[in-house]
Amino acid sequence: MDMFAVWYFVETTINGALIGLMYALIALGFVLIYKSTDAINFAQGQFVMISGVMVAALAADYGVPIVVGAIVALVFMILFNVMLERIVLRPMIGRPVVAIIMATIGLAAFLEGLFPMIFGATTRALDLGIPNDPIIIGQIYLTPINVVGGAVALTFFGAFSIFFMKSRKGVALRAVADNHQVSMAMGINVERYFVLAWSMAGVVAVLGGLLWGSAIGVDNTLAVVGLKVFPVVILGGLESIIGAIVGGIIVGVIEAWGGTYIDPAMTQPWFREFFPFEGGGTKDFLPYLLMIVVLFFKPYGLFGKVHIERV
Amino acid sequence: MLAINNIEVIYNNVVLVLKGISIDVKPQSITTILGANGAGKTTTLKSISGLLKPERGQVTRGSIEFNGERIDKLAPHETVKKGVVQVFEGRRVFTHLSIEDNLLAGAHIVSDMKTVRDMIDQVYTFFPRLKERRTGQAGYLSGGEQQMLAIGRALMSNPKMIMLDEPSLGLAPMIIEEIFDIIQRMRKEAGVTILLVEQNANLALSIADQGYVMENGSIVMEGPAKELLANSDIQEFYLGIGEGGSKKSFRDVKHYRRRKRWLG
Ligand SMILES: Nc1ncnc2c1ncn2[C@@H]1O[C@H](COP(=O)(O)OP(=O)(O)OP(=O)(O)O)[C@@H](O)[C@H]1O
Ligand SMILES: [Mg+2]
Repeated sequence: MDMFAVWYFVETTINGALIGLMYALIALGFVLIYKSTDAINFAQGQFVMISGVMVAALAADYGVPIVVGAIVALVFMILFNVMLERIVLRPMIGRPVVAIIMATIGLAAFLEGLFPMIFGATTRALDLGIPNDPIIIGQIYLTPINVVGGAVALTFFGAFSIFFMKSRKGVALRAVADNHQVSMAMGINVERYFVLAWSMAGVVAVLGGLLWGSAIGVDNTLAVVGLKVFPVVILGGLESIIGAIVGGIIVGVIEAWGGTYIDPAMTQPWFREFFPFEGGGTKDFLPYLLMIVVLFFKPYGLFGKVHIERV
Repeated sequence: MLAINNIEVIYNNVVLVLKGISIDVKPQSITTILGANGAGKTTTLKSISGLLKPERGQVTRGSIEFNGERIDKLAPHETVKKGVVQVFEGRRVFTHLSIEDNLLAGAHIVSDMKTVRDMIDQVYTFFPRLKERRTGQAGYLSGGEQQMLAIGRALMSNPKMIMLDEPSLGLAPMIIEEIFDIIQRMRKEAGVTILLVEQNANLALSIADQGYVMENGSIVMEGPAKELLANSDIQEFYLGIGEGGSKKSFRDVKHYRRRKRWLG
């Protein structure tokens, strides 16, 4: 095998892993909510989209600097999520999970309609000032936005882990995630930690909106990155933060391999011979395929919570 | 210290579970509530700790006072701040947290870290076994160790009164003895008042000052623990030492009691 192919493979894999970390960042918002409040939030992708659209529209249409726009989006997302928790989800505590899922699916559809109505449906660029020229390390060419995205995600994970594992509030949040009733009995104001979890999901959404918006441009379809959250969290296990990171990397890498190796192969004449359809797009469904396979063998995901039961 | 005055508790707006009960707990005493399954013991504790609401239960009549203050309308975390903490039936440690993090979570309302450290040390002197396994995941502790952790965790909130719901449930006699020793030491060394719910009447009455017997949501008997321990009805129902040595059901005891009253 020639060296070029090897380097190309490494490059594809690393770029994929970096993109995977950006997926993981969004997945973290989802996992946080699920762990601490038991709600399955199908609108996480829309939160990302809203954040991106807000920042991009403020910048493009009103000349608001990105930093200011990001702060506005941050404040908005936190308030939005806190209200959502108060008004929609808290009254649903104790109802079947399906009811909450339906509520968040409804919310997702609503947001997807509402935001273009306010900000228009045009695709806008979101320029974070990240250069376009690839970063070259030896034979490997890395896309700058991926590198920045991966680094931001890793930094956030690091800070978050320290908070989660070491601080008093982190301990309380983990206690809440473990058992609501017992947490209450221990003097923990559980509802306040729900608010904290939703606020963090808001922060993650804004980071995701900025990074992904900058990577692929901002319009309604930005919400699609939210769909990738499902293979990520199912691979990693709904309740595991490490799982979200590993799941994200797997999805990113699989996607990159699919896009680089399988998709082009499908346009080759030999392939079209026995499969005479427009080829490509395996990138988009491979993660889901993998998810189904994993679910087959590990129903709780690769890092799913082992439900400890001792009697 | 704690005064429950004639409370009624209703679940889901329909099911009347407590039908006007009154209980009085003296400071630094051990008071026990006895009763069969479904009598309403746990419900009584939950109405004190404010945990009825998440279960759609409600105190609809009467009042609960702690040191002269009404606490029946408080949220659970506010009740803990007043110095009242409940240890659940069936242990319920935070299974995915380490032993030490369980204790830290228990100390949530105590903000001073130095105090928290001192209290962790105190818990470890009560339960040396927990210290050995401080970094281990709580879910993998044995049943007895989990009960110790649950009690230790409750102590971490620096309570004035601790409510224990069937701490002997499902544990071996040796472990039960150890735990009951520590309950007595907690009262003596930490000055904590104890409200103890038990089905093991003999054991509970042997360490308690005062006892209440619940049945079907009402208090059917109360008195100093010594007197209850000597009471033939309790002897018969809980210890199964009926006349002729055969184990009797509670219904028989009731009939027996009624007959006795009637005859008397
Ligand atoms: N959340 C609830 N909703 C409706 N009914 C309830 C609820 N919790 C308890 N009950 C009912 O209230 C009654 C008393 O229950 P409680 O748990 O207080 O009994 P207990 O004396 O603690 O019994 P055990 O010794 O079995 O623990 C039972 O009949 C039970 O079915
Ligand atoms: Mg009970």
